[in-house]
Amino acid sequence: MTTAKVYHDGAVSGARRALDAFLTALLAVISVVWIYPVLLILINSVKTELSISTSTVFALPTMETFVGLDNYVYGVTQMNFLSSFGYSLVITVTSVVLILLCCSMCGWYITRVSGAVSKGMYLLCAFSMVVPFQMVMFTLSKTADTLGLNTPFNICIIYLGFGAGLAVFMFTGFMKSVPIAIEEAAMIDGCNPLQIFFRIVFPILKPTMISTAILETMWVWNDYLLPTLVLDIKKYRTIPMAIQYFRGSYGRVEMAPMMACIMITVLPIIVMYLLCQKYIIEGVIAGAVKG
Amino acid sequence: MEKAIKKFWPVFLLPTLCAFAIGFIWPFLWGIYLSFHKFTTISKTTFVGLDNYFKVFADSTFVDAFWFTAAFTVVSTILINVIAFALALALTRGLKGTNIFRTVFFLPNLIGGIVLGYIWQILLNGILTNLGLPLLALDARYGFWGLVILMCWQQIGYMMIIYIAGLQNVPGDLIEAASIDGATSLQTLVKVKLPMVMPSITICSFLTLTNSFKLFDQNLSLTNGEPGKASQMLALNIYDTFYARSGAQWKGIGQAKAVVFFLLVISIALIQLYMTRRKEVQQ
Repeated sequence: MTTAKVYHDGAVSGARRALDAFLTALLAVISVVWIYPVLLILINSVKTELSISTSTVFALPTMETFVGLDNYVYGVTQMNFLSSFGYSLVITVTSVVLILLCCSMCGWYITRVSGAVSKGMYLLCAFSMVVPFQMVMFTLSKTADTLGLNTPFNICIIYLGFGAGLAVFMFTGFMKSVPIAIEEAAMIDGCNPLQIFFRIVFPILKPTMISTAILETMWVWNDYLLPTLVLDIKKYRTIPMAIQYFRGSYGRVEMAPMMACIMITVLPIIVMYLLCQKYIIEGVIAGAVKG
Repeated sequence: MEKAIKKFWPVFLLPTLCAFAIGFIWPFLWGIYLSFHKFTTISKTTFVGLDNYFKVFADSTFVDAFWFTAAFTVVSTILINVIAFALALALTRGLKGTNIFRTVFFLPNLIGGIVLGYIWQILLNGILTNLGLPLLALDARYGFWGLVILMCWQQIGYMMIIYIAGLQNVPGDLIEAASIDGATSLQTLVKVKLPMVMPSITICSFLTLTNSFKLFDQNLSLTNGEPGKASQMLALNIYDTFYARSGAQWKGIGQAKAVVFFLLVISIALIQLYMTRRKEVQQ
């Protein structure tokens, strides 16, 4: 960008400055529009239930309609939000840890051992990424029931099966560019493959681990259909399930508590995003390059 | 070295392979098997040959859902990629506040589909009511555009990030050379930047195409297929066939629909990859 600028004369760079100023203003307007939907929910989540209808949804809260955090308290208790948050957390953490551990090992094996098994596994992984979930949803939920994999504590095995494609892909993509020499040196020094993997390869894989962890977390945390079909909805509800259940189970939807629930679902995500933005964006780019 | 690692295959390969078999391979093969059967419970199945498949194409809701999905996929893929690319161009000019803009545009991508659907349902119904128009759930046209807007809001940021990465990889001396040769900025864009970011275009169009075609959560929460089944997309139609219809035949038909859906997704993905990969230049 900067190198190109040098060759423009004064008039052109003046026009460019004007264009830049215009673009900045335009982007600023778009940004406000972009976050408005979330702001709208935030505004409505502190209004009384009675003051919200589709025609008054854009009104700001007034002295009469402002209720502070009442909707939040009501929504959290009605929806049993804390237990949902716990289940979502348990499922996401166990699944992502399991995926990272197993798939990094599998990815390393595939890149370092050639042969039909490795090739077949790689192709299967690529294939599984394109197959839509609807193709397997019915049979998968039956299989999970039969094997007893239907609690938040072991559903991670299902997630490993379904999330392996992307993760193995990411790890093999990275491993291909890692020279084998260090591993060979370790082998000569008497390490067995397990020691090589955990002492040498594992630390090298760290950046890919972070990227993969982010992509898989985004998926598992927000996933709705798989836990709905596999878990018993009366006993265990993840956050997306709770939101959908909250909507569907009552005759009239209570808008205000519903919006409060949406806010408590969205806020932790926004905070996490602002804290680890750099990693998230790098993860997305890495995922796109490998995919 | 290879031999030594090979001996450890139960440790390295087996866990993933087992989970893969449980979570993907077995359900996939069983799904194909069941699509040729009539069943309500999995223990009692009767072979019906291609009967389920004939019924799939005789089911007008499935055909309608196909056209709805196809139209939605085309419109949203084009909109998302054009807007995301334009934003990426604007954000690689070194403007003030670039980081803030990038942060804001990417944000919706992290919110889950169910929650996204409800956020937009509230907002869009508010706008429609204030304009004196029918609600989302009453007119499939609004449902369609609602889904398009929602999808744009969610996906543009993601694709923008990929395009930015692509644009930043265009070597500066290429642009410099074009500028010395007297290329206008439009010519530089079309003749230099676009061919150079073709790999990003391949990836982004692939992702938006398959994401749009497979869309489920957003469809469920924004319109739930209403009115009637008029805003139902394929994934929701299959779900509906499995779990919302009573009658002994529907589960088998649902599974056959899923197989057809799978074949559609695979062919779209392969055609798309073939078409765009051809246009990529070697760096």
